[in-house]
Order: sequence, then structure tokens, then C-alpha cells
Amino acid sequence: MDLKVNDYTTDDDLTVINVEGEIDVYTAPKLREKLIDLVNKGKYHLLVDMEKVEFLDSTGLGVLVGGLKRVRAHDGSLELVCTQERILKIFRITGLTKVFGIFDSVDDAREHRKKQK
Amino acid sequence: MAPEIATVELTFSPLPVHVRTARLVATAVARRGGVEETLLDEVRLAVGEACSRAVEAHQQQCPAEPVRVALRDGADRFQVVVSDRVPNDDPAGTARGELAELAELNGDLNLGFAVIAGLADDVDISSTPSGVEITMSWPAKKD
Repeated sequence: MDLKVNDYTTDDDLTVINVEGEIDVYTAPKLREKLIDLVNKGKYHLLVDMEKVEFLDSTGLGVLVGGLKRVRAHDGSLELVCTQERILKIFRITGLTKVFGIFDSVDDAREHRKKQK
Repeated sequence: MAPEIATVELTFSPLPVHVRTARLVATAVARRGGVEETLLDEVRLAVGEACSRAVEAHQQQCPAEPVRVALRDGADRFQVVVSDRVPNDDPAGTARGELAELAELNGDLNLGFAVIAGLADDVDISSTPSGVEITMSWPAKKD
């Protein structure tokens, strides 16, 4: 299955990236390009919605870490929406649950963001 | 009488698009070999990680050589061996030079090995003069 990547920006300046499909060594470059493109356009607060991601490997993790580095260089943020246990397990194995904010829904992430302000 | 071991072998050109095929074949053979449904995701991911690493190594060193995957359906274990043909490669090393695109995607974090170690029930990584071999296995139940 191909990877589908779409984005929209909320009224509180959060860019939500909906990802659908398998993120692996073949498809990860597409997500990487999207993250780079958004940062180049000045979008520094990103929320990657992974609820429709069916598969994630270490290449996908590397792309997310790379995106996080890029937005942090601009005092930005990259957080995730994920409730799928099989995807969360990969974040736990690699210790990346400590690196990314992971929320149950886009609304939860936005609520958390409002409280931080 | 020794238990029968059925082996499925797969060779593929070192292209990222074929890693998905290797994952699918490994999962199908594991299912048929009696690996529990709850472990199939782990097999799929670990095999994908090992194949991604081999593809990366081949693209840098020997792009004409295929990556080999052997899927062995034994009496009580399902074993996967992913072999590359990059001699004396440091399996945990980072990519070198201009051909580091895949490693760059991975952020030089070597997360692949962390994932394999965290998922496979039993893992052995050996670097030999003929290449690197990653052997992983999971329990299998026979009816």
C-alpha cells in the first residue's frame, strides 16, 4: 500500500499531518520530504496523526526524529497522535516515548498545547 | 527420526521496494509454520529491519548482488536468516560517504538493531568474510 500524506493547519497554528499506509524504507522518503517542505514553509509546530498507519519501521522512526530536530532548531515541536499498540510498541522498544509527546487524539494534543501556552 | 525442516528461500535485488515483499513472504511462511498470530507482527517488523539493513549495505558496496532470506520452519522454532554479501561489514556501523541516503533517513541512530533485538525471541548477528548474517527465531507450535 502506498503512503498517503496530507496536512492542514488549525487556527491555533498547529499543522496536522495525516499519514495513512505503511512507513518503511521505501515510503519513508515521502514523509521526510513533507516534513522538510513544511519546515521550509515556516510551519514549526507539527502534529503527525498516525492512527491510519499500518506499519512503521526504524526508517520511519528516523524520519520522525529528523523532523523533530528540524523543528526544534526553530523552537518548534513535533508530536504524535497514536493509540495503536503495535505502533506504540516500536516507540517503547527504542526509547522514543521519552522523546515524542504522544496523544490519543488531535483534540487531546491541541488541548495540551493550549495549556502549555 | 530427525524433525523435518522446510526451508523457503528468497533472493531479491537490493531495492527498498522489495523489502515489503520479503516481509509479506516471511509473515506468510511464519503463519503456516505455526507462529502464533500475536507474534506475526514481530516477525514482519524484525524481518523488514534486517532486510532494510542488508539493502542499505548492498546499495553502498555491491548493488548487483541480491539479498538472501532463508525462512526455516523447524519442529518447534521458526527461524529467519537474512544474509548480505558485504564482507567484514560492521553490522552496527553507520553509512559512509555519499551513498548514505538510507542511513540518513535513519538518522544514524541504528534504531533497526534496537528494534530487531526488542522483537525477535532469539537473535544472532555474525559478521564473516563473506558478509553479515542476521539469524532470528520465534517459537512455533505444530498441530
